[in-house]
Amino acid sequence: MSDTLIFGMEVFLNGLMAGVLYALVALGFVLIYKASGIFNYAQGVMALFAAMTLVGIMDGQVPFSHLINAVFGTEVHHFGWHLPALVGIVLSMGVMIGLAWLVQQIIFRHLIGQEPIILFMATIGLAYFMEGLGDLMWGADIKKLDVGLPQGINLWIDELTFNLFDYGFFIDNLDIVATVIAAILVLALVAFSQYTKQGRAMRAVADDHQAALSVGINLSFIWVMVWSVAGFVALVAGIMWGTKSGVQFSLSLIALKALPVLMLGGFTSIPGAIAGGLIIGVGEKLFEFLVGPMIGGATENWFAYVLALLFLVFRPQGLFGEKIIERV
Amino acid sequence: MLDETQGYVTADGRKIGGVVMDMRNITLRFGGVEAIKNISFDIREGEVRAIIGPNGAGKSSMLNVISGFYVPQEGEVWFRGERRAPMKPFEVARQGIARTFQNIALFEGMSVLDNVMTGRLTQMKTGLFSQAIWRGAAEREEVENREICERVIDFLEIQHIRKTPVSRLPYGLKKRVELARALASEPKLLLLDEPMAGMNVEEKEDMSRFILSVNDEFGTTIALIEHDMGVVMDLSDRVVVMDYGKKIGDGTPDEVRNNQDVIDAYLGVSHD
Repeated sequence: MSDTLIFGMEVFLNGLMAGVLYALVALGFVLIYKASGIFNYAQGVMALFAAMTLVGIMDGQVPFSHLINAVFGTEVHHFGWHLPALVGIVLSMGVMIGLAWLVQQIIFRHLIGQEPIILFMATIGLAYFMEGLGDLMWGADIKKLDVGLPQGINLWIDELTFNLFDYGFFIDNLDIVATVIAAILVLALVAFSQYTKQGRAMRAVADDHQAALSVGINLSFIWVMVWSVAGFVALVAGIMWGTKSGVQFSLSLIALKALPVLMLGGFTSIPGAIAGGLIIGVGEKLFEFLVGPMIGGATENWFAYVLALLFLVFRPQGLFGEKIIERV
Repeated sequence: MLDETQGYVTADGRKIGGVVMDMRNITLRFGGVEAIKNISFDIREGEVRAIIGPNGAGKSSMLNVISGFYVPQEGEVWFRGERRAPMKPFEVARQGIARTFQNIALFEGMSVLDNVMTGRLTQMKTGLFSQAIWRGAAEREEVENREICERVIDFLEIQHIRKTPVSRLPYGLKKRVELARALASEPKLLLLDEPMAGMNVEEKEDMSRFILSVNDEFGTTIALIEHDMGVVMDLSDRVVVMDYGKKIGDGTPDEVRNNQDVIDAYLGVSHD
């Protein structure tokens, strides 16, 4: 087998794994968009915030310690504990639910029935606010996140591929874990929305607010629930990205990579978010590998956006999105 | 014939009970416009009550007041012997008041069965956790709810489209699905906003038949809005007539038909 093909296969696999992480972020967008018609620009920052909170709680950092010290002249920094990952995750989830409730109470409750663009602007504001809040609470330094997920080369795949092709593939264990977790998460979300009463209510709210009210669904409650679920997805994404490349500001920028994913997959489709993520992940890695050398490389920065642009021209609703039919 | 506390017996021998819904001196304004002007009327258990009037008379506003979509500036709403504090539409629905809409508000992306099942949401009590693991109480509840929905679907003769997405259905059937969803909640009071609007003669006859048999079989109290006088007179036990936000008549179809104000309103005598 030719070297290019074997390398290509490795690149393809790595692309799939990267795509799973894109899909995780895109999933958060789709959830909120489906249930409330809000395009949540803050989803990426939510992932960053969730990861920061998790690190802070696990390391026993005192939230707002810089602020407290500056105001009161004290010197508090740590509670002096180290919590196990599971406890940290549960507590962080609690924080994300609290945040979801605040977002609903303070912002979106007052914006019911407003134009989508106004809701979108509100989420931009929310994104910057949360970015600042995260820095203020936990400090702006790059943090290491370790919740005990396996990392490094998967020796089994390395060995297997070495025996087959005389060349060992480098597949990161973390990527494999991320893939498994993402698959479980998607199945759980689909089961939730199809088979539970709250899921049915969520789909109803997404479909028609007025009708939902008339069958006794509490809109505010459903929205808090949806934002909480999105917060949970953000937490999972934050853990994966944070473990991979450290908890730092650039984490919130992965949200921008989710945009082309959404344009490919469609804003309203959970399977679409997954497929879109995988296509972008594989596409940009393969493109870089095959075409990159001819045009000087660094194609990963723009490939996804160009692909999305093509989709906007030829299939604006995305691969799985609902067809846009305008009645005239 | 009408006894204040005991109710009455209709011409066809149905027994009508006490007051379920009592609207007292309701006034509703939008800015400077008075959509409803100091109107009082009641709805009795087991009856088919109609609110009629020309376009713009305030009928839909009145229905929206009952179902909590509008909050009146003045007046009291009494439901089942208790004064109702201003509440949100979803809270009204949870009290057992179901409704349909003039312009149909269905969940277009869901199947007919799923739509009807949403009507059961207020009746479901098991928590998220037990539903997630799908055992015991939650499963039993789902089965029970499903049975009730299937009965309603049978009753309204929409079995053949159970799995069809609502968005693919013709108008007349959508209206029927909306009625099914409202019925599935086993309402104490069913509000129908122009159930016959936009239908052809055949569909109107079907719908009239369904409304009458719902009332007959389940004993459901029904309040409906219609501007087609003919249909209403055959359907309802008592009729409220509105014009320009005011109540101009209230009584049995015969009484209303012979009321001079009502005749004027419908024949278009000039208002001055």
